[in-house]
Amino acid sequence: MILRTDQALIAEWIRPNSRVLDLGCGDGTLMAHLQKNRHVNGYGLEINEENIVQCIHKGVDVIQTDLDKGLSEFKKESFDYVIMTQTLQAIYYPDKLLKEMTRVGREAIVTFPNMGHWKNRLQLALTGRMPKSKTLPYEWYNTPNIHLFTLSDFERLCDKINIKISDRSTVDKEHHSSIGMRLLPNLLGEIAIYRFQKKY
Amino acid sequence: MQESTRPVDDIGLVEPKTKHFSETLALASGSELHGFDIVYETYGELNKECSNAILICHALSGNHHAAGYHSTQDKKSGWWNNVIGPNKAIDTNRFFVVSPNNIGGCSGSTGPLTIDPVTNSPYGPDFPLVTVKDWVKTQAMLADKLGIDVWSVIIGGSLGGMQCLEWSISYPHRVKHAFIIAAAAKLSTQNIAFNEVARQAIRTDQNFNGGHYYESNSKPELGLMLARMLGHITYLSDDALDEKFGRDLRDGEIKFGYEAEFQIESYLRYQAKTFVERFDANSYLLLTKVLDYFDPAGDTRGSLSKAMAPATAKFLIISFSSDWRFSPECSQEMVSALLDANKRVSYIEIQSAQGHDSFLMPIPRYHQVLKTALDRIAKELGLS
Repeated sequence: MILRTDQALIAEWIRPNSRVLDLGCGDGTLMAHLQKNRHVNGYGLEINEENIVQCIHKGVDVIQTDLDKGLSEFKKESFDYVIMTQTLQAIYYPDKLLKEMTRVGREAIVTFPNMGHWKNRLQLALTGRMPKSKTLPYEWYNTPNIHLFTLSDFERLCDKINIKISDRSTVDKEHHSSIGMRLLPNLLGEIAIYRFQKKY
Repeated sequence: MQESTRPVDDIGLVEPKTKHFSETLALASGSELHGFDIVYETYGELNKECSNAILICHALSGNHHAAGYHSTQDKKSGWWNNVIGPNKAIDTNRFFVVSPNNIGGCSGSTGPLTIDPVTNSPYGPDFPLVTVKDWVKTQAMLADKLGIDVWSVIIGGSLGGMQCLEWSISYPHRVKHAFIIAAAAKLSTQNIAFNEVARQAIRTDQNFNGGHYYESNSKPELGLMLARMLGHITYLSDDALDEKFGRDLRDGEIKFGYEAEFQIESYLRYQAKTFVERFDANSYLLLTKVLDYFDPAGDTRGSLSKAMAPATAKFLIISFSSDWRFSPECSQEMVSALLDANKRVSYIEIQSAQGHDSFLMPIPRYHQVLKTALDRIAKELGLS
């Protein structure tokens, strides 16, 4: 099992023996890793049948779920972490789901492709067409990524819906981090990783 | 079917066995059964550690004959032959599969057709009404006799899924995994209504005679046929029926009469007639009641999540998109309760067009899910 760098970073943030809900868990790679190396328990939520079979194969408990319908099955603060890697941009109502994440989890973690990365800005400015990249490989008309946004957009939304950001990290497409990214994350970071919780 | 033409992944010839229980069985209704028989089949071998046993719970019209053939002349295999066998999803090379017939049925285990030792005539309508809980109790007694302390997996579809759910509550430490397929934690009002129409069809048949029809030569066949026809329609989807029969006519033209003209009419009549030959009306009545009564949350003031509290099994819940008799929502209700009770559970809704009967069909994704889950369990148990 090879973790993507954003997943590896998340794995470092998760306390051992905690209870985790992974939204859009894909083939269960991250949950299987967390179960094995961090001894967490919990569930993955996934909509794709083939991915669900892969989760079962890995011994990850998985519930077929349409995240656009919310997390009403789950009680307030029933998980230590609710995580979502590179899925937020494909959700109908990201604001509602973010609020749900902070209701169900004591902490939440998301990763997403940063539309504000300089290459995306440059592509749009020079070609006048929607940017494509390794992390955003689709055409505008067939992309599942219906809500593209930048780090600044995300932080403004969090502020608006009463979410407190406790950690931020960015990596590039090779999933390295650099000093430049720390200084100018919205320009130089390709993938953003945020840890946040409800503001009390 | 000739022995030589049988596919290699078939279990081949199987033989039903019977265990007799002489003890008195106290039933949920307050009635008692003074001794009873359970007919069952087994496939594969129980390993030395007794850790590879799988229990199959059958649905309303099912029985113990889940896989293989009873004779080389048999045209039809057991009802779940597409799932149970060497190298199939339920791999009999690795697992020991037990498939009992429930009491109250008409396939060999004690039921209305059995001679009541007290009166020396068949129980008939006097056979006590039983519940899923009673069934699970008798299955546990059978497990004791077979030397099976813990089932690695209990699997059932429809009414069989209800038995899996009950096992996980009644005997939590005897079930490691429960696969609950196309089932519900209780029947919907609409389902009870369908069952009531079926019962009325049988009970108002002029040959029914209050259930005392064994003595005469005429059985309530028309009533049972109607009941089955109604059931059959509800087990399929509108799309499945439309695809299979459409508005096709038997003789290519409308004849302006009441004989079976549309293909669907002759299909229903044929299915019902074959069913009546193998099924007893008193059993059918009783089995619909077993369905109606099942409601484990009834014991915990309606909270299924509280009812599930004792369970320690890992659950796999499977539903089918076109199943309107035991809809995906019914399965989701169980999933919600299990999540609420912090149980280990996985859930998948399989896309299918065949309605409730999907759970018997060889749908590739469905069988892949079963196989993947069982492969994982075999690996965890160290079964080669």
